[in-house]
This record gives sequence, C-alpha cells and structure tokens, in this order.
Amino acid sequence: MSFSHRHLLGIEPLDPGDIQTLLDTADGLKEILARPIKKVPALRGKTVINLFYEASTRTRSSFEVAERVLSADSLSITTAASSVTKGETLLDTAKNLEAMNPDMVIIRHAASGAPHFLARHCRFAVVNAGDGAHEHPTQALLDALTLRQRRGRLKGLRVAIVGDILHSRVARSNLWLLSKMGAQVVLCGPPTLIPPGIEGLAPVTYRIEEAIEGADAIMMLRIQLERMTGGFFPTTREYHRRFGLTAERVARAKKDVLILHPGPLNRGVEIASEVADGPYSVILDQVTNGVAVRMAVLYLLLGGSPEAAS
Amino acid sequence: MSRLLLRGGRVIDPARGIDANLDVLVNDGQIEDVASRVSTRGAQVLDLKGLVVCPGFIDIHTHLREPGREDKETIATGTRAAAAGGFSAVCAMPNTQPVNDNEGITRFIVDKARAEGAVRVYPIGATTRGSLGEELSEYGDLSEAGCVAVSDDGRPVGSARVMRRALEYAKPFGLVVIEHCEEGTLSEKASMNEGAVSTHLGLRGAPAMGEAIAVERAVLLAELTGGRLHVAHISAAASVDAVRRGKARGVRVTAEATPHHLLLTDEAVRESGYDTSTKMNPPLRAEADRAAVVSGLRDGTIDCIATDHAPHTVDDKKVEFDAAAFGIVGLETAVPLCLDRLVGEEILDLSQLVSLLSTGPARVLGLPGGTLAPGSPADVSVLDLGRKRQVDPARFQSKGRHTPFAGWVLKGWPVLTLVGGRVAWDDLRS
Repeated sequence: MSFSHRHLLGIEPLDPGDIQTLLDTADGLKEILARPIKKVPALRGKTVINLFYEASTRTRSSFEVAERVLSADSLSITTAASSVTKGETLLDTAKNLEAMNPDMVIIRHAASGAPHFLARHCRFAVVNAGDGAHEHPTQALLDALTLRQRRGRLKGLRVAIVGDILHSRVARSNLWLLSKMGAQVVLCGPPTLIPPGIEGLAPVTYRIEEAIEGADAIMMLRIQLERMTGGFFPTTREYHRRFGLTAERVARAKKDVLILHPGPLNRGVEIASEVADGPYSVILDQVTNGVAVRMAVLYLLLGGSPEAAS
Repeated sequence: MSRLLLRGGRVIDPARGIDANLDVLVNDGQIEDVASRVSTRGAQVLDLKGLVVCPGFIDIHTHLREPGREDKETIATGTRAAAAGGFSAVCAMPNTQPVNDNEGITRFIVDKARAEGAVRVYPIGATTRGSLGEELSEYGDLSEAGCVAVSDDGRPVGSARVMRRALEYAKPFGLVVIEHCEEGTLSEKASMNEGAVSTHLGLRGAPAMGEAIAVERAVLLAELTGGRLHVAHISAAASVDAVRRGKARGVRVTAEATPHHLLLTDEAVRESGYDTSTKMNPPLRAEADRAAVVSGLRDGTIDCIATDHAPHTVDDKKVEFDAAAFGIVGLETAVPLCLDRLVGEEILDLSQLVSLLSTGPARVLGLPGGTLAPGSPADVSVLDLGRKRQVDPARFQSKGRHTPFAGWVLKGWPVLTLVGGRVAWDDLRS
C-alpha cells in the first residue's frame, strides 16, 4: 500500500486513514532521531526545495533536518535573498525551479491558496508549510502526534484552541484534524478574532475559563502582533488579563492537562512564562515531533511505503 | 441605405407587449414597420424562421479599458465582444487611464468608437475628478460631449457630502449617478465574500452588509436630494431590500444585477480551488444573497441585467488569489447564461429576460432603443433558442479570457446583431 496523495495541501482533503498513516509513519521514523548516526538513505537521489516567502525558524529548520536525515538533496530559498526582491512572480520562480527537476517543493506563503496555485501549474509534489490564514498541515500533524504520544489516542479528547482564530492557519488545520479523528474541539477568543461561520465546525466560547474547563489539552495560538492593525482588541495588557493562559487559570484545569503552543511565543501576552515553562507544557516535545512528522510527509509523498517505515 | 426585411422570426418587443411571428422592415437605419407579411419589394430579405427577434441588447456596465489599458481590451475588441454576445450598445465605465473625467477623454472615446466600434458606445463620465472622491467632474461638459451617466465604479465615493453633491449637481444635466456601493473600511484587503467559505479558505472577506450600508446611504441621499441614483452590480440580500424600500417611498433609484451574481455563490471559489476567475468585486456572495438578487429581478426591484465586463491580461490573473485583479469578462456569456439558466429553468419568461436586457437598461439611463417600435433605431438582437454550445474562452472576441463559466454547455445563443440596420455580428450559419 502506498500513500494516495500526491501533494499535502492541507488536512481538510485527508481522510482519517491518511492521518493515521502519517502519524504511524512518523512514530516509526522518530526512532532514527535517537540514533548516534542520524541518517538513512530512504530519499537518496530525491531533490527537495524549501521555498519560504515568510519568516520561519521552526518549520523551515525542521523540514531541513528531516530532509537531511532521510538523505534527500535539498536547498532552501528565502525570499529576502532571491529574485523575488527583483519583482519575480511566484509562478516564474516556480517555473524556474521546476526546470531544475526537483521532486518536491515545500512552500510557505502569505497568500492563502499559493500551494494550490503551484500544484495546478507545476509538475513537482507540493507540501504546504503554511499558506496565509488557510492551513498549516504539518503543524496539526505534529500537534496530533504529541497528543497521541501523551494520551495514547485522539478520539474522545477534549481540546481547547484559544486565541486569534481569525488569522490562524494552525487553528484551521488542527480543527480539521482533531474533528476527523474524533476529538472534541472548543474554540475560544475575543469575538473580533473569531471568523464568521466557524461555529458550524466547533463550539465557540468567549470565556477562556469555560474553554479550558475539563480540557485534556489547551492549544494556545500566537497573537500575531504584526497583523494587529485592525483594532481587534484594545491592549495586549487587557488581552492577557481576559484571554491569556495564566497559572491561576491552569490551576483550575484538569490536573494532567497538556499545554501546546506552535511558537513563537509572546510571553506575557497569550501565555504567561510560568505556564510556558511549567510542568504541563509540551511545547518542546512539539518541536521534536515536528521533525518526525515532516520525515513522514517527505517519505510518504516521495514514494515510501508505510509498512517499511515501521 | 437599402431596405432590409427580417422575415418570419418570433418578434419579442416587451415595451409594446408584442410576442408574435412577424416581419420587421428596416429602412435607413431605423425600424420602419413591424407586421405580419410586410412587402418584400426592393428589400434584402433575411429569413429568420425559428429564431427570436428582439430589440438590441444594451449593457450599461462595460469596461472597455481604452484609453490606457489597451493590453486588457480596446474599443474595437470590446465592442466586437459585445456584438458577438448579442449587445448592440454598451456603456463604457470611466476607469480608464487617464480617467474619463473630462470632455477631452469623452470625445476621444466617442470618436474612436465611431471609427472602430462594432456597436454603439455611450461613455460614462467620472463622478469625481480622477475618481478620487473629492471634487466633482465637470458634468455639463461631460454631458455635452456624450456622457450618459457618471460613476466612480471600482472606487466607491467615500464621503457622504461628495455623494450628496453629485446627486444634486447631476440633476440639470439629466445624468444618472451610478454608484459602486461598498463601505471601504469593511472591505480592506478583502478578496472574496466574508462568510463560512472565506473562513474555510483563509481568505480575507468583505461582508455583504458592507455593500448594503453603502446602498442604504446612497438611497437616503437620493431621497434627500431628489437626485437620480442607479445601484451598480447589486449582490447582497440587504441591498436588494434597501432598493425595494427606497422605490416604495418614491426615491428615484434603479439597480442592475450581473449574471454571475445571479448564478454563482462564494462556493465557486472553494470548488475551483482558488481559481482567480472567481474573483471579482463585488464578490460572489452566499446562497441567500444570490436568491434575493434573483427575487429582486423577478419582482422588478432590479431594473436590468448588466455584465460588469472587466477584462484583464493573463498576467493580472495568473497569480496568487490575493494578488489577482478583480473582474471577469461577461459580454460573450451573459445572454446564453440567462437564456439557459434563467429562462431554461423557468425563473424568468423569455419576454421578461428580453426586457431586462433591452427595455430595462434603456429606461435606466434614458437611452434610445430598447424597443422595435417604428421610428426606433434598427438595433436588433436575434437569438437561436435551440443552439447548444460550450463556453470556450479561446473563441472570445474580447482580449479577456477569465470567466468562471468556461466549459459550461449552454442552450440558447445570440446569432445575429444589427446596429442601426448594419450587421455587426453574423453567426447565423455556424
């Protein structure tokens, strides 16, 4: 059996079986990262290009590590040092890269749908590393892998996603993934940061206390201060007081609650430092799992069989 | 000019309540007679048995792009597209480069259209200088040079004071103020309708209420001033309601709807996978809005169908959705879409549709035509209700190729367009 998708454009087009396969494969491949010699020849001779139009620390380095561990030949293009600054269009850039015959392009872009645009016009496989406010599928997969490792399952878990849902591709991908896998999601944020129609996909509350009550996990979203020009809330101070995850609020949550955050953190805004660095935080586990999940994505999309990875 | 007899067609002239098999005699660019069995002596005869003969269709919302953006469209190609689509006249929006805000540009358009145009072109002048929303253009000169209305289409007038002055000042010149109604602070950086679909796709949305707020304001200002307002490309349920209530109070307001807002919803953006041929302004709305626009068309709240034909180059559209230009072409698909999807599905009867494409737009802007009454200009659209064809952008006369209707198989196409008795488009035998 092989993985039936050519691209990973989002979580939404996947079915639960696909997600299961990706997570199982990541679990199988994760062991390689603990070896003294962290390299296998699985993708030898495959070329992967990381095309990043937005700043990224975690996601890009995580993809790069995954590519190296699997022996793919890879290069990373960041727009600040490329012809994009000379006004080259996305399609021209992609067509030039295509002419070099890569097997896969991993793209992060501020425009929702940019990966779909590449997939429609180019021959290579496309992986979405975050497009606008649309999806960030590998983030949702690494969050799910983290939850599954800690709780042994996803089905039946109650997960609160708190913060700027409106601008968040992480929230959308997680919402799709958790719903498809039978977890219960509750969304929370100020009404100005809750997008229209989302209540058709998951219940929404404006009170963080209500969201985290009985939750098995709390996913805090980053307040994207660079996008906060629209007057969505009065001050970061008030945001922290009304919607931030503080130690007092965590104290009233389930005793073994897991706290996730996709990074980078705004300490003292959406999350208090004592919580981010505290005993319930699995934020650094997420990062490690990020490499495993990206190894699984590369491996499955470039033709590896799920059985061989376990 | 010689006499031309259109023989044996089903003549539909809603302005005079005619729907019958009749002959139409054209003489010297005018309709001379409409009757059963007109004498053929001395006339060239066109046998139109089995076809429908209507007053020439008028599109009051076209972007011809010339002067300035001849890479997108020219007066020659845009009017050829109009003729091919069954339109014998178009009204040209002023957002050219430079903006048509003075009589010099208006005269250029009029002269160029006379020399190269396949159909009649009625220029629309800018409501404000440069369409910047600050100072009024010279309506007297614009009107004298040939403008039939003013509009800042695409750049909604932001200031209520300026809008009020435009509605007032236009009165002595008989100019209609056509407004693209949009509350700009609610639609900044939006690329589609706001709703469940924009949430799903992660695209920034413009709420339907942003249009309705601007429609309400414009209707109230028309009421205040007694000015003559026309609402362009109405797309939201609450906007239709605002126009309906305004008309009931006696406000001098009319409205138009486009085929795409009548037939598609924002689901098309999702289903097409971010295809930029689904990006236009106003955006495709939710189903409740679409249904309300259809109801408004049926009950007379909406006075005519207009295309908002907005051609762009491939480079303007073959980019990320956020970066793509707003607008799609419409002249060559409007009539077959309406015949197949509105008349074919019994939402409108044929006579109603003909009225919304001819009599309706002529009345909105006070244009000649819109009827086949003797003495009218011999502008005629002939339809073949049985012809079935696929929408193929490669065959468009327009330079623009972007349409969400590519590949649709439609039944009922325009086959012959006459302008002042001359054949502007003949597709009778294809």
